[in-house]
Amino acid sequence: MAHEIVENNPDPGSLAFIGIHTHGVPMAKRLSAKVSAILKKEFPVGELDISMHRDDLDLREIPPKVGPSQIGFDVTGKSIVLVDDVLFTGRTIRAAMDEISDFGRPRQIQLAILIDRGHRELPIRPDYVGKSVPTALSERVRVGLVEIDGRDEVMIER
Amino acid sequence: MSAVTWNHKDLLGIQDLSPEEINFLLDTAAAFKQVGERTIKKVPSLRGKTMVNLFIEPSTRTRTSFELAAKRLSADVINITASASSIAKGETLKDTALNLQALNADIIVIRHSAAGAPHFLARLLKAGIVNAGDGAHEHPTQALLDALTIREKKGRINGLKVTILGDILYSRVARSNIWLLTKLGANVTLAGPSTLVPRAFEQFGCRVTYDIEEAIHEADVINLLRIQHERQRQTMFPSIGEYTAMFGLNKERFARTKPDALIMHPGPINRGVEIDSEIADSSRSVILEQVTNGLAVRMAVLFLCSGGRFSAEGTE
Repeated sequence: MAHEIVENNPDPGSLAFIGIHTHGVPMAKRLSAKVSAILKKEFPVGELDISMHRDDLDLREIPPKVGPSQIGFDVTGKSIVLVDDVLFTGRTIRAAMDEISDFGRPRQIQLAILIDRGHRELPIRPDYVGKSVPTALSERVRVGLVEIDGRDEVMIER
Repeated sequence: MSAVTWNHKDLLGIQDLSPEEINFLLDTAAAFKQVGERTIKKVPSLRGKTMVNLFIEPSTRTRTSFELAAKRLSADVINITASASSIAKGETLKDTALNLQALNADIIVIRHSAAGAPHFLARLLKAGIVNAGDGAHEHPTQALLDALTIREKKGRINGLKVTILGDILYSRVARSNIWLLTKLGANVTLAGPSTLVPRAFEQFGCRVTYDIEEAIHEADVINLLRIQHERQRQTMFPSIGEYTAMFGLNKERFARTKPDALIMHPGPINRGVEIDSEIADSSRSVILEQVTNGLAVRMAVLFLCSGGRFSAEGTE
């Protein structure tokens, strides 16, 4: 994925990474480190908590826990690589794109996803995919990461 | 991630909340605070919801703060004040409230001179009710914003010595603060003229003293309250000048406080009465940070009281 990002971004000067809470954040850090190693250059990494931008507040049993978004750089004019662990309905990505626009006007937003499990409800497609895994709607896909869960793994639960 | 959740449609007071719920609310407020620092200071969380500011008792700062909080969450806001409404024509609170319900208001923020008015509405209506001050009873969002400010500046609340100085008897801010701070493990001292600081407050788990020097000497936080002339039925002390001399925070007393003690005030401040002008403007005064945090706290309260009531299946 890191090599694809390098190929797709001939002007790496404007490249920046934003991870979506919670698992997208360490993934964004890892991806940016890999791209840094290839290009010998550091890139800004931000984190996004999209709870405030979701459209299902009324549908949930209890209000979600909301965390702060931390984007310590100006997104205007940047090529943002948005990073998350699982791409499912696409609603999280929609919310994330809305939220990024509240911070400024990026030149471009690209999407990097570890597992694409299908079942999109919005016209959203990833630019970089770790693996496409066809799933049933009733299944759950859980990604574990060393930084959060103590080990790297992908689980599909029925 | 904490397992604590929020499951109330109303925020009526601090007295009914658990320490975990208070901390959850403060964490949520800290997250919302950062929205105010963005280029676009608005999130779509409450899009399509209607909030009514029902202020039967005058207020500028609390009403404006709630209004701005709702607008930053994309809710629609209506302001109703007693003088400019049918209340002046003799309509009862119940009828006013039922009319608001007929308009499908989602949240009603109420300030009323009668203690218990928000509780009455909460039983009557489906809408979420937020207490913005009921008589001398509670003012929960003020206590929450004070706690958020203390937590930000001191890193904790547990174990801190907090002195609340001034008109305790007529103050809803004092009551909400006492409940909140004692629930979170602070040691609360109340001080002021004996007519305004009854011993009976000791039953809330705090200390009462009439010796101002002793009250401020060890304090980590000093919260000054305004004398509520509008609520006092008779004069509780001989003169303003005497109050200032006996209990005002002047430079001499300020010099004897701990060098890192925070100076707080819920506003509006009366410069030269309860607080010396220079102290209000000093670097240890966090009075304006309290205003900023008030907005974040109110956003969190409106957000949490709007969520999840319809209880369909939880989505991932």
